Amino acid sequence: MKSDSPHIALFIPCYVDQFYPSVGIASLELLEKLGCKVTFPLGQTCCGQPLANAGYKRDTVGTTKHFIELFKDFDYVVAPSGSCVLHVKEHSPVIPGLEKEQAELHHKVFELTEFITDILKIEKLEGSFPHRVGFHSSCHGQRGLRLSSSSELNQTPFNKARRLLENLDGLEWVELNRTDECCGFGGTFAVTEEALSIQMGKDRLEDHLQHDTEILTGGDMSCIMHLQGIATRNKQPLKFLHIAEILNQAIS
Amino acid sequence: MSHPENAAEFLKDHAKSKWHDETLWFVRDKRDRISKTIPEWEELRELASQIKDNVLANLGSYLEDFERNAQKNGIQVHWAKDGEEHNQIVLDILQKQNCTAIVKSKSILTEECHLNPFLEKHGIDVVDTDLGERIVQLLHQPPSHIVLPAIHLKKGEISALFHEKLLTEKGNEDPAYLTQAARLHLREKFLRAKVALTGVNFGVAETGEFVVCTNEGNADMGVHLADVHIASMGIEKIIPRRKDLGVFLRLLARSATGQPVTNYNSHFRSPSPGKELHIILVDNGRAAQLAREKFKNSLKCIRCGACMNTCPIYRRSGGFSYDSTVPGPIGSILSPGLDMKKHSTLPFASTLCGSCSDVCPVKINIHEQLFEWRQEITKTHGEMGKGLSMKLANGIFKSPLAYKISGNLMRAALKALPESLIYHPINAWGKGRNLPETPKESFRQWYQKNRS
Repeated sequence: MKSDSPHIALFIPCYVDQFYPSVGIASLELLEKLGCKVTFPLGQTCCGQPLANAGYKRDTVGTTKHFIELFKDFDYVVAPSGSCVLHVKEHSPVIPGLEKEQAELHHKVFELTEFITDILKIEKLEGSFPHRVGFHSSCHGQRGLRLSSSSELNQTPFNKARRLLENLDGLEWVELNRTDECCGFGGTFAVTEEALSIQMGKDRLEDHLQHDTEILTGGDMSCIMHLQGIATRNKQPLKFLHIAEILNQAIS
Repeated sequence: MSHPENAAEFLKDHAKSKWHDETLWFVRDKRDRISKTIPEWEELRELASQIKDNVLANLGSYLEDFERNAQKNGIQVHWAKDGEEHNQIVLDILQKQNCTAIVKSKSILTEECHLNPFLEKHGIDVVDTDLGERIVQLLHQPPSHIVLPAIHLKKGEISALFHEKLLTEKGNEDPAYLTQAARLHLREKFLRAKVALTGVNFGVAETGEFVVCTNEGNADMGVHLADVHIASMGIEKIIPRRKDLGVFLRLLARSATGQPVTNYNSHFRSPSPGKELHIILVDNGRAAQLAREKFKNSLKCIRCGACMNTCPIYRRSGGFSYDSTVPGPIGSILSPGLDMKKHSTLPFASTLCGSCSDVCPVKINIHEQLFEWRQEITKTHGEMGKGLSMKLANGIFKSPLAYKISGNLMRAALKALPESLIYHPINAWGKGRNLPETPKESFRQWYQKNRS
């Protein structure tokens, strides 16, 4: 590790911290393997997204202020989640007195795969992952952060995660019928619109099963937690990994 | 009933809901394919969006231009502040003509104003002449989609309805046969109606003309046979110049159904000799929406229905689940402006996936407005229920210690509690989904052991 390397703060979504420590570990190890100087600021809590999306953005002032103060002095903030990053950049309330810090911070918060492709400028990762991998595009990552092209738009197709995955030896990319339909998680939507949420999840899983996905991956563990929950309940033969776990395993 | 209740009900018939999803996905897919044959598609969307921004910023003067030019052309212009005024204007025209029957085509606005029940109450025979709208009218249902009003019905249901109402052969589901039966039935209605009512897709300020787009030609059939043509137009339907139509007509049909162009784009400019042409300019909440900075650009909508076809919620819950004249994503940002209490669950009937905004031909930021409506609606919820738990959560999230303790407690509880309690019916997460396995330590605990 170079001493003059930029200092990166690892921002781990609260539910990942609590339920998926392996995703946090993989994100940290992956960035370290790529030569980054990474710290996990222990004071971090939650970005406030569940409250804001439920209509209580005004109640996230304290949470947002805490977030800014904790992360503002790092060169970059990287999170294995498109959704939380989108929230911080676009849906957190403006904090009086910290406007400048907040605006600067918004330019240095990145989702993990875009940090690797756009900031570290890594064209391809050398490694091997001999599995059939189905990718679930999280809507917030895709249409919010534009981590991949969206099927509605007339644009040249691209996908930052796919670029990293497809280069791995032995990895077979699964083509789906509906490449970017929502899985139905949607935060509180998962419980307030339970019936729809489950049906949307089942439909996504069906698309993957029809195309012989072996491992379903994605950039947002919230979508995967929801899909995995349904697949486990229905005893469907799918494995689930966050993209950080695949990349970290593959290049070791 | 709220949207979640209606949606759950619709999903009970799994086969039908799956069919509904696939049918609308087919339309969305057709739209995707045809939009990608136009290299300048995204520029067209941007142009349409900017033209509409200009319209909304200068709506008053464009409306005055439109009125003046329309009057010069011999059109009688009426203004209605709400549905009630609109309906009364229509009734007055009908009564002046001693007319007891009217044929209608293509007007979601008259649905919004509840014109049909009003006229029927006054003894007028109202016939909707778009095939899909006639079908739902015969069933005493509202349209479930703004472009495909009977999309919730399958062939068999329409066959049974026509057998009962139009005396078609029992069990004959052939679409050509059923359409022919409807055609004959409607022909008779067209021939005897002295007054025809249409909606308006575009009102052109510079010329005082208006354009009605239909695939079936029924607007033209009705209007040309009648002595009086009444056109109902929402005040936001103005475009500045005739040449702007080139932008909107290219976007409209492709976005709506994946067709290169609507079959009939009919221009109406002045009445034929001896006939009357009326236009009713209707506000009905639009001026109030225009005054709401965060929501005003919802008025850019050209009613193509693409956001419905793309919406994973709409496709699986059906148009009626929204209980609003305009359903789907666009309805969910328009309707709370009309009645926030009644439509309070609609902005939450979304995962904020953003597909609606990307598909919208005039680039309305629909999903962002859904987010903003949520912020407005919760202000009326007070301190009860969700409000309290959310305040509690903010308390936890702004304090690292409180967060750590509550997180540790949660994991400990999930480990200790029996499955029957975790997956109790009261827990909506667990009804159809398992929870993740509870790890022995959080990432934070791992990090403290391994890195610090």
